[in-house]
Amino acid sequence: MSSPLITARGLTKKFDEFVAVDEIDFDVARGESFGLLGPNGAGKSTTMRIIGATSQRTSGDLTILGMDPEKFGPQIRAHLGVVPQQDNLDMNLSVSENLYIYGRYFGLSRKFLKTKIEELLEFAQLQEKRNAKVESLSGGMKRRLTIARGLVSEPEILMLDEPTTGLDPQARHILWDRLFRLKEQGVTLVITTHFMDEAEQLCDRLVVMDKGKIMAEGSPAQLIKDYSTKEVLEIRFGSERNSEMADQLRGMCDRIEELPDRILLYSEDGEALLEKIYSAGLHPKTSLVRRSSLEDVFLRLTGRTLVD
Amino acid sequence: MIISAAVAIAEARRGRLGERVYSGRSRAIFERGYIAFKSSTWMVILSGFVEPVLYLFAFGYGLGELIGNIESNGLSIPYAAYIAPALLATSAMNGAIYDSTFNIYFKLKHDRIYHGMLATSLGPLDVALGEIGLALVRGFLYGVGFMAVVAPLGLIPSLWGILAIPAAVLIAFGFAAVGMALTTYMKSFQQLEIINIFLLPMFLFSGSFYPLTVFPEWLQFIIKALPLSQAIHLVRGLTLGQINLGLLGHVSYFIVMIIVGLFFTTKRLNALFMK
Repeated sequence: MSSPLITARGLTKKFDEFVAVDEIDFDVARGESFGLLGPNGAGKSTTMRIIGATSQRTSGDLTILGMDPEKFGPQIRAHLGVVPQQDNLDMNLSVSENLYIYGRYFGLSRKFLKTKIEELLEFAQLQEKRNAKVESLSGGMKRRLTIARGLVSEPEILMLDEPTTGLDPQARHILWDRLFRLKEQGVTLVITTHFMDEAEQLCDRLVVMDKGKIMAEGSPAQLIKDYSTKEVLEIRFGSERNSEMADQLRGMCDRIEELPDRILLYSEDGEALLEKIYSAGLHPKTSLVRRSSLEDVFLRLTGRTLVD
Repeated sequence: MIISAAVAIAEARRGRLGERVYSGRSRAIFERGYIAFKSSTWMVILSGFVEPVLYLFAFGYGLGELIGNIESNGLSIPYAAYIAPALLATSAMNGAIYDSTFNIYFKLKHDRIYHGMLATSLGPLDVALGEIGLALVRGFLYGVGFMAVVAPLGLIPSLWGILAIPAAVLIAFGFAAVGMALTTYMKSFQQLEIINIFLLPMFLFSGSFYPLTVFPEWLQFIIKALPLSQAIHLVRGLTLGQINLGLLGHVSYFIVMIIVGLFFTTKRLNALFMK
């Protein structure tokens, strides 16, 4: 196996007294899709900016393609495609002009960009919008354009900060499909998200972050296996009675999590557990059996949910 | 490591002086300005050109009828010829300030254009130079446009007057560099208004419409230290052909403004984007 593209050891970022990233270690291998999963404020975006050589770490070591971003910022940025959380497309320019000028920022030739832009418009499914002003695009189109823009320099690593936040389900699926294609082409993806379904869909491997620290690391399946049961039973007795009922349910399953609106019961067999609850004479208002997800992993690790 | 064209371009600059802040591609920023200009900004440029022309006709010819000729350093000239260079200097200032404050503030805080630019292999000095370069083009266009109106009217008595065009560019450069540096410190849109509060009185009292000798000496001293007064006296000296070493002093004043402005702009952009 070749050496990792990105290596972080004891990576720390402080803003005055506030520790945004707290001594984290991770590696990203070539061609993998690596995720940073965590709630808002976990330090994911800060980590992304440090990798993107637009923010300087306070301490620790970081190597990207064998270079220190503090010394070789422009050289490293030439290898990266960046898709920021907040769209920063050029509102004064059209769709194709946005792609063109971004390529020019990297110093790419007009001739190269001419064919590249066609390729990217097709990839982003924006051929018909090529002359449209960015303002007129939908949220999903804007995001696809931002991704296409990030690809103009043919980067080795594409960094996506919350790529589908604010998009409707259909737009999310189109976007995921595009990202899969990139992965197939061998582009290394670094993705932050606070959506567990996105992390499960897109990431080969991920770290769960909370309050600037890495809580766990592994593939989505491995994390679920390590930190949760196969199934989860969600039941509601109504917000008044949930906590009182939770006490009675304890001991009936491996683990129990009490949320303000519902109770989560962790078990290898959710249906069997539900039967057991009914036979004990308890009658929840609603019940749902589902497979464990990264949300459950996060709950287990931090005692909190990902999306508040 | 994959060597894409973008990587090869960035690697070619390895080891150059200032490679972390400057990639030698401010022309890309310039190109962006040109594309954006084609579609939207030209109206603003047009209004910036029309404004001094309106002042010239309203005051130069309207008020000028009452005033007649005016003495300037021993030279008797029509009132319109007296205020024309001041209007040129002022429009160079206004254009540069508009570009470097409101326009840049929007790109910085609202559209986050610079965040996008600086995520590429560009550096902050590329951005600063490119943006300021655009202000220079505007200064140049104002200069040429205004000259095209006033020269046929006989308001540029001296051949030295042709140098008023590069002077307008220099003035625009100085104001743009300092304006952009100030803008990087602004926290809200409202704070930009402070700049305007400063500009209008400077325009009215910097010797645009009458000589500074009407003011008490201590006030003259303060006004002479202000950049617009420096600009007006530089341009007026050229258009009236009153060439002396004092003009070099005005030129130096703007060179200092440029250096100070660029230094703080680069420093601030680094602090804002590389923190």
